Amino acid sequence: MQLALREVTKRFGSLVANDRISLTVEGGEIHCLLGENGAGKSTLMNVLYGLYRADEGQIVLDGEVQSFTGPGDAIAAGIGMVHQHFMLVPVFTVAENVMLGNEETGFAGSLDLEAARERVREISARFGFHVDPDAVVGDLPVGVQQRVEIIKVLSRDAKVLVFDEPTAVLTPQETDELMEIMRELRRSGAAIVFITHKLREVREVADRITVIRRGQVVGEAEPSASNAELAAMMVGRPVELTVSKKEPELGAASLVVEGLTVVDPAGLVQVDDISFEVRDGEILAVAGVQGNGQTELTEALLGLQHHVLGSIRLDGRELVGRKVRDVLDAGVGFVPEDRQVDGLVGSFTIAENLMLDRSFGAPFVRAGSLQLSALQEFAEEKLAQYDVRAPGITTPAGNLSGGNQQKVVVARELSRELRLLVAAQPTRGVDVGSIEFIHSQIVATRDAGVPVIVVSTELDEVVALADRIMVLYRGRVVGIVPADTPRQVLGLMMTGEPPTGDVA
Amino acid sequence: MSRPEDQPTGAGSQGIPGPTDRTAGTSTATGQAATPPPSEDRWREAVRAITTGNGLVALLSVLLAVAIGSLLILVTDDAVRETSGYVFSRPGDFFSAAGQAISGAYGSLFRGSIYNSRGADFASQIRPLTETLKFAGPLIMAGLGVGLTFRAGMFNIGGRGQMLLAGAAAGWVGINVDLPFPLHLAAAVLAGMVAGAFWAGIAGVLKARTGAHEVIVTIMLNYVGFYLVFYALSRQSLLQAPGSINPKSLPMQDSAILPDLLGDRFNLHLGFVLALVAVAVVWWVLNRSALGFRFRAVGANPHAARTAGIDVGRTYVLAMLISGALVGLAGANQILGTATSGVTVDLDAGIGFDAITVALLGRSHPLGILGAGLLFGAFKAGGFSMQASEGIPVDIVLVIQSLIVLFIAAPPLVRAMFRLPAQEAK
Repeated sequence: MQLALREVTKRFGSLVANDRISLTVEGGEIHCLLGENGAGKSTLMNVLYGLYRADEGQIVLDGEVQSFTGPGDAIAAGIGMVHQHFMLVPVFTVAENVMLGNEETGFAGSLDLEAARERVREISARFGFHVDPDAVVGDLPVGVQQRVEIIKVLSRDAKVLVFDEPTAVLTPQETDELMEIMRELRRSGAAIVFITHKLREVREVADRITVIRRGQVVGEAEPSASNAELAAMMVGRPVELTVSKKEPELGAASLVVEGLTVVDPAGLVQVDDISFEVRDGEILAVAGVQGNGQTELTEALLGLQHHVLGSIRLDGRELVGRKVRDVLDAGVGFVPEDRQVDGLVGSFTIAENLMLDRSFGAPFVRAGSLQLSALQEFAEEKLAQYDVRAPGITTPAGNLSGGNQQKVVVARELSRELRLLVAAQPTRGVDVGSIEFIHSQIVATRDAGVPVIVVSTELDEVVALADRIMVLYRGRVVGIVPADTPRQVLGLMMTGEPPTGDVA
Repeated sequence: MSRPEDQPTGAGSQGIPGPTDRTAGTSTATGQAATPPPSEDRWREAVRAITTGNGLVALLSVLLAVAIGSLLILVTDDAVRETSGYVFSRPGDFFSAAGQAISGAYGSLFRGSIYNSRGADFASQIRPLTETLKFAGPLIMAGLGVGLTFRAGMFNIGGRGQMLLAGAAAGWVGINVDLPFPLHLAAAVLAGMVAGAFWAGIAGVLKARTGAHEVIVTIMLNYVGFYLVFYALSRQSLLQAPGSINPKSLPMQDSAILPDLLGDRFNLHLGFVLALVAVAVVWWVLNRSALGFRFRAVGANPHAARTAGIDVGRTYVLAMLISGALVGLAGANQILGTATSGVTVDLDAGIGFDAITVALLGRSHPLGILGAGLLFGAFKAGGFSMQASEGIPVDIVLVIQSLIVLFIAAPPLVRAMFRLPAQEAK
């Protein structure tokens, strides 16, 4: 089946999200859609999937112009989408999830579950998925859940498969397996659209690459193109992919964590007896697949977790059992992993967000009263210093792009007198230009003699920033290794396999 | 399946580049893929949109409600009904009857609430306006209390219980304590505010400590408060007037009564001035104080507030205490100014619930609440004269008030009716 988008234009008010985008995907081909966050990839795919209607242009399947009024039409026409955030019911079994929305019913509406099970088995066997139709989805690892999504799409006889940022939640090994599945699907003749901003993956599987920037197709590239070439096309200028940093000037071990255990409200142990230390002027990168205790670890450092055992000592002072405010006052800067939930108040202005964790005293509060002129001056200064692209300091933070929102958070945290910086996923959902900037700020903080903990699920980021790497798996430390540890070793460690050889 | 016209809002949250970004430099990428918020957050988002959305919708909601109120007046008016029987043979009769009914109704509403052109002298001509201000006072005070909790992300539905407790406490001081004039009044007002704060504070503490939802707690405390005051009013040792068998207390001592502002001919008393002071204080708290900053931060995003070291539970308790004190002020205003003849279980006069409407209509902003309080004060003052002079049931005013809330809670409906563009994508 051939899919062609012809001059698709989608506007939101005065804003053109997709500007005359044309794209052709043949059966048996993996076509990569490469672009930064906000470049318009997802909008384009939502048009294709019938969630949005194009203002202009056509969607053509095998020479027939389609007119989708909703996802139902798109599915019926043979388009399937594997969403970035899985659209699965966790308490249902695999078979139940696969049949959901497409239930085969027998007498008086009784469900024909056996048919669904058979379908799951058949598709699993055809592509080598190894998925048990009776397993409850919530119990399955993320990589397998994604296969359930794929089975679901295939069970509707999709001929065009759209993968929307499918590797964001996967380990390197799971990613490799997904790549293999995509190749298998390609062999079966499906047309595959693979949306991503990760250059490595693109070069590995793509047959053709289309780069989108600011809603427009800026060019096509060959899979043989170098990372630097692709990145330059995405961003529109040459990009430095590695972080330039000097050798660390290590000081005393200011942060000492011993036997840290965090139990979540459901009684599950999320962080299991972790011990490590970070020295002044050192970046410890915490690697691991999402959900292996990183979130709980950073929250425990900040005092946001309630059931914490063990000890966290910063400059000899115990932080466990202290209130968040006391921890912040002790000089801990925190970039939370989800800036929109934990980092910013979307309806507040940039200026108000810049004082969010400083509403208890000088310089922004005196005698219980806000010092608006001091705040204004500070905000203007930070806006310029951190290159936040916004109309002004009174712009609500929720209106900013991801990169600029993150710059506001980083500006706020780094403008305090710090003794420890904890940055969780500092560049998630952030454009390449802002990533460079945020990385350089983190390195500058380390060079100023502050111990830094960076938590990231992106191996590239971990390797680029780390002086040492700590890998977490199921809440435990698999190992703490030097920054030059090979990626394969790190990848294996992320699946729980301890490293062989030297340990830092 | 979403309709196309809904898309700008929906798309914005999914990270379509904002217009401002397009003018920025080349390296700026735009938007980002936001994860859909959990349902709890979506609910809070909806509540926030309803309680603090823009003023135009509020204004249009009032207009719509008044328009529908007019239809109801037509339907219930005898003359209109009679002429509608032969509307096709003599349409003139019908339309003149309809015109009379509506102009009569709103005319008398105006004369009862703002300026009575039929008054014999100037004093009786402007008397309606002073009545409006008198009714508006407690609505503004209690509306500020409710609006403050909205800004902190909570609902205070317990205005009735808080007013009753406050009225009983203020009344007890007003009856039983012997002090000279300004001190006695101040003590009584203070007692009312403390009682209101205490009653609302219970809900705040329960929410902070146990997570009990303040809507349920405050509603239930309305009943507890009601029967507590009723009990006090049926015990001679507590509040009941000596020798009486009615659930009513003695009248206030003169030294505890809010003085009239414009002399004996008008009912307007110092309470309205207190309401204006409350508006100024709440405005300052919300917009210029660190405490208000924390209220707003917790109300808009408790997760971020907590991460920023703000004690969310403490903030909830403080917001409830201040809210209760403001509602308590309204209760004290009633017993010490408007109904000084003694404490009864009716002293709240529905203000505890009307305050919610006032806060909604005022979009939880102090000045908006001032305006909404004045409007509802006018409805109250004018509703009675409308019933007296035109025979239109006073309930129509209640219907209009309820419709206002309904329209405010359904902004997309109002936007669609007036073909307003959907709210700008965030």
